Amino acid sequence: MGLLGTIRKFTEGLAKTRDSILGKVDRIVNAKSKIDRDVLEQLEEVLLGADVGSQTTEILMQNIERRVKEEKYEDSTALHVLLRDEIAKLLHVNGDEKANGILLPEGKRPYVILVVGVNGVGKTTTIGKLAYNYRQAGYRVVIGAADTFRAAANEQLELWAQRAGAEIIQQAPGADPAAVAYDTVSSAVAKNTDVVIIDTAGRLHTKVNLMEELRKIRRVVEKRMPGAPHEVLLVLDAGTGQNGIQQARQFTSAVQVTGLVLTKLDGTAKGGIVLAISHEMQVPVKYIGIGESIDDLQPFDRKAFVDALFNIEHLQN
Amino acid sequence: MFQGISQKLEVVFRKLRGYGKITETNIAEALREIRRVLLDADVNYKVVKQFIEDVQKRALGQEVLSSITPGQLIIKVIYDEMAKLLGETKSDIAAAQTPPTVILVAGLQGSGKTTFSAKLALHLKTKGRVPLLVAADVHRPAAIEQLISLGKQIEIPVYSDASAKAVDIAERAVDYARKNVRDTVIIDTAGRMHVDEEMMAEVAAVKEKTKPHEILFVVDAMTGQDAVNTAKAFDDRLSFDGVVLTKLDGDSRGGAALSIRAVVQKPIKFAGVGEKLDALEPFYPERIASRILGMGDIVTLVEKAQVQFDEEKAVDLEAKLRKAQLTFDDFLDQLRQLKSMGSLNDVLGMIPGMNRLKGNVSVDGKQLVRVEAMIQSMTKEERSRPSLINGSRRRRIALGSGTTVQEVNRLLKQFEEMQRMMKKMSKGNMRRALQGLRLPTN
Repeated sequence: MGLLGTIRKFTEGLAKTRDSILGKVDRIVNAKSKIDRDVLEQLEEVLLGADVGSQTTEILMQNIERRVKEEKYEDSTALHVLLRDEIAKLLHVNGDEKANGILLPEGKRPYVILVVGVNGVGKTTTIGKLAYNYRQAGYRVVIGAADTFRAAANEQLELWAQRAGAEIIQQAPGADPAAVAYDTVSSAVAKNTDVVIIDTAGRLHTKVNLMEELRKIRRVVEKRMPGAPHEVLLVLDAGTGQNGIQQARQFTSAVQVTGLVLTKLDGTAKGGIVLAISHEMQVPVKYIGIGESIDDLQPFDRKAFVDALFNIEHLQN
Repeated sequence: MFQGISQKLEVVFRKLRGYGKITETNIAEALREIRRVLLDADVNYKVVKQFIEDVQKRALGQEVLSSITPGQLIIKVIYDEMAKLLGETKSDIAAAQTPPTVILVAGLQGSGKTTFSAKLALHLKTKGRVPLLVAADVHRPAAIEQLISLGKQIEIPVYSDASAKAVDIAERAVDYARKNVRDTVIIDTAGRMHVDEEMMAEVAAVKEKTKPHEILFVVDAMTGQDAVNTAKAFDDRLSFDGVVLTKLDGDSRGGAALSIRAVVQKPIKFAGVGEKLDALEPFYPERIASRILGMGDIVTLVEKAQVQFDEEKAVDLEAKLRKAQLTFDDFLDQLRQLKSMGSLNDVLGMIPGMNRLKGNVSVDGKQLVRVEAMIQSMTKEERSRPSLINGSRRRRIALGSGTTVQEVNRLLKQFEEMQRMMKKMSKGNMRRALQGLRLPTN
């Protein structure tokens, strides 16, 4: 897919998100030309309705109200600019934004990625798409099937690996997931594979023993290859509400999450919870999932994300 | 389950309890706090708005202002409103007059439809029905294999055909059930986005062809504000009969339950509470409302205990209690029954007031495993006459159970205390016995 196609996909996938937030902001703006209490209250509701959460909404609203006063914004069309600005401030960025794409950093081979999250967020699908992206970029990929718990998880991952053209390492259902992870890294080291992606079973962050199991996977990977895993991705369903913060906290304390993947953005859910998470945990959103096809995973681009949410071109015209 | 919202509301109410009378100002503060609590609990903001208005209307009425214990009354007002919103009765699954009963399971991707379908099949099987599971998800890779594997675990047949269309699979499955005397057909459909026109048309077609007696919408308890949109879209298309709330064993506050009830007015019928296939509970709105308010859910606990507790053993134990002849074998029995009631944390969450404690205390299920191991390392004689256990026996028990002598000592001491208490109780001196009972504090 070319660059144009990518951009088209990205904006298409976000269209629904944008339609609702932008549409609502527009409606607010069109009805009133001045920023007053009423406009601000409606804006607050838009944010709350997008799962931004009461606390983050409060922060955003306070900052916006302050700036409206101090910088003498009166025209309500300025809300777009203000919102875009304030939201961008919350989203954490790690170093060079461009490097967050599918290009691997220099050195560190194999580059080991551990993928974690609660049940049903789309970990396996994300891994399939991620493997495909790395293959397209010319890297050799091996997937470790460390979800040895869920029925038919192996079969599902195997199909994705086939589609992506990646290798897969798996053991019988019920096997020790840490052993699968160890085998996968070992195989990658022996065969000079570029990327290792380890799938793990979905688990609720409140299950102490399952989180302990995840810690063990990380420990074992670290032991096999010092410095690994180089990336720990927490996959979040865009439909997730405020519980997402708890998820991020628990998974981070267990395996040190380094990046977020926001899936299922092709529905009407807005994924506003990532603002709070990215801000609190100081981790960037790395990818977004915008559909079920293998090429429906996009590297996250903060500017494009915020612009798409609030349609900046539209404002500039 | 729902412990977050209980904790926060308890703080609000503690504040309220400080006031002699409720004024408009302090009720406003409490309501603001409740609004935030509900929003943080993922109740849809529109529903919250309506809810707060209703509570305010009722709370500002005379009944509260003239009351001696206004805090209690506000709790009651909120509880009533919440229970009203959640619906007042529990619901069961429809049964067709001429079998098979057809149940259609639908929802978004990852909400837990396949696991729920298997749990429902097991649940109905224990109630005497003869279910057939139908794998009608031909879209997600290996979805059919997943259901087949779950079906094997619970010994329920699964109808599938990887090369057919969902509509045809479902239709043929109903036929198959009729011919093979399966009285209940559970159709597991693919997860789909409510905005995906093609996929929504597919599930509507399955409904059209199979004429289900019961359509269940499965939703993840962790869902945020969007729950109302998806529930509404599925309801518009399928007009479902009930909602299933999954993954309630996490710490999400499940505000989605309130939102969905408010928007589609359909009952929530089941709650998924664990990864095991028997971790399915009926949804009781009143209990959930009490849990939300931190009143605990003692009813569920009692019911669970009733189902799991072996009556005969209970009678036996009672007799022994009277004679104050508790042995380690009895202790082991109790321990195992406690374990079969579910995770200790679940059990604790149902005890009123425990929510506050739970914040600091994490019950370690492993500790119980160690205790079990120690008792199992005792001889039969030692179990019935603990006084036999001297130093060398203690070392042997510690070695045998992979624990330490100190741990064995602690267990013996605790056991002795228990026996002493039993003696006091059997002498009818309940009050003194209770005074002697010290709660572990660290």
